[in-house]
Amino acid sequence: MSAMMQRDLCFKILARHVRDEIIVPVYQAAQEWHGVAPEHALTYYSIGAMGQASSCALGLALARPDRRVVVLDGDGSLLMNLGTLVTIASQSPRNLLHFVCENGMYEANGGHPIPGRGEVDFAAMARAAGYRRADTIATLADFETKIPGILTEQGPVFITLKLVAGPPPSQDYAFIHGAPTRATFKTALGPR
Amino acid sequence: MEGHSGITGEPITGAVILDQIAASGIEFVVSVPDITTSAGLLWPLVEDKRFRLVRVCKEDEGVSICAAMSVCNKRALLLIQYTGFLDSINALRAAGCEYQMPVCIMAGLLQKEPGVKPTQSKSFGIRIVEPILDAMKIPHALLEDRGDERHIRPAIDAAYAQSYPTVLLIGRQM
Repeated sequence: MSAMMQRDLCFKILARHVRDEIIVPVYQAAQEWHGVAPEHALTYYSIGAMGQASSCALGLALARPDRRVVVLDGDGSLLMNLGTLVTIASQSPRNLLHFVCENGMYEANGGHPIPGRGEVDFAAMARAAGYRRADTIATLADFETKIPGILTEQGPVFITLKLVAGPPPSQDYAFIHGAPTRATFKTALGPR
Repeated sequence: MEGHSGITGEPITGAVILDQIAASGIEFVVSVPDITTSAGLLWPLVEDKRFRLVRVCKEDEGVSICAAMSVCNKRALLLIQYTGFLDSINALRAAGCEYQMPVCIMAGLLQKEPGVKPTQSKSFGIRIVEPILDAMKIPHALLEDRGDERHIRPAIDAAYAQSYPTVLLIGRQM
C-alpha cells in the first residue's frame, strides 16, 4: 500500500474530530500535533525516552478507563519497544487507540531509514500480538471517512498511517519538555 | 534513607512486604518476573485482591506505565530484577529524574550474598546498582531482614510527595 498522506494534513483531520480524548504524541508527531492543536490541553507529550509513548498511553488507559487514549506513535519509536504490542494486547484496554505514523525514517535523527523500511507490516504485527483490530490507511480520503468510527471503536485498535514527507513541523522543545505543559495536562485531566 | 546493617537476621518475608505495599496505597503492580521475588512475592501477589497486576514484556515499559499512572493520581509499583533496572535507566532518567515523576521500583538483587552490602557483593552488576542510584539522586533502601519493611511506606509516600523515583532493593531470595 503506497503512502499518500502528509502527517500534518492527517493530524488536522484528527484534530477536527477529537473532543476529550487524551492524545499521546511522540517526538516529531508531538511537534506536529502541537502545531496543529495547541489548544488541546489533554495532550501527554511522550518525549525524553524514545519508544515509550504506547507504554505511557497504557498507563493512562488503565488508570483512567473513563477516558479514551490516542497514541500518535512513530515507526522508529515503535521498533524500539515492540514488546509493547504484546503487553497492550494482553491488557486489552478498551479505551486505547494506537496510531503509528509510518514514514520509514528516524525523522528526528537525520532522516536515516528504519530497519525493514517498506517491508515491515506494523498492522500485521499488532494483529498477531492480539490487538482487537488493526488496519492500514494510506489516503486522506480514507482517513477522513474512517476516523469518526475509529475514535469510538472498542480497543485496543491499531492503525498504521502511511505517510509521505510534508513540511517539517516547527520545533517548540521548550513547550513540549516544559513542566508547565505537564501541569496543564494534569489540571485538564482532573480527578476521576 | 537508612542503610542496611550488614548483619544477617531473620529474613524478610513476602507477606510483610505485600502488607506494606498495600498500606502505601499501591493499587497497580507492574512486573517482569525475577527469581529473587518470584515465590515469596510475585506468585502470592497474583492472588492478592488488593492489587492489580500488569505483566509487561520489558522493564522500561513499566517505568512509563507507572509514571503515567501517577498523573492520574494512581499509585503503582514496578517489581523487577536489578538487571531490568539497569536496562531501564534511560526511561527512568527521563520520566523520573528529568520530568520529576514518582516511579517506585522494587528490584531483586539476584544472587546477592545475604548479609553482604550490595556495594561489597562479588557480583559486578550488583555492586554498581547503588552508585548509579546515588548518581541519579534516587533514594534507595535495602530490604533483606525482618524489620527492613519499615522503609517501604515512607519511601513510597516520599516518592509521591516529592514527585521523584524511589528504589527498594530486595537483598535475598524469598
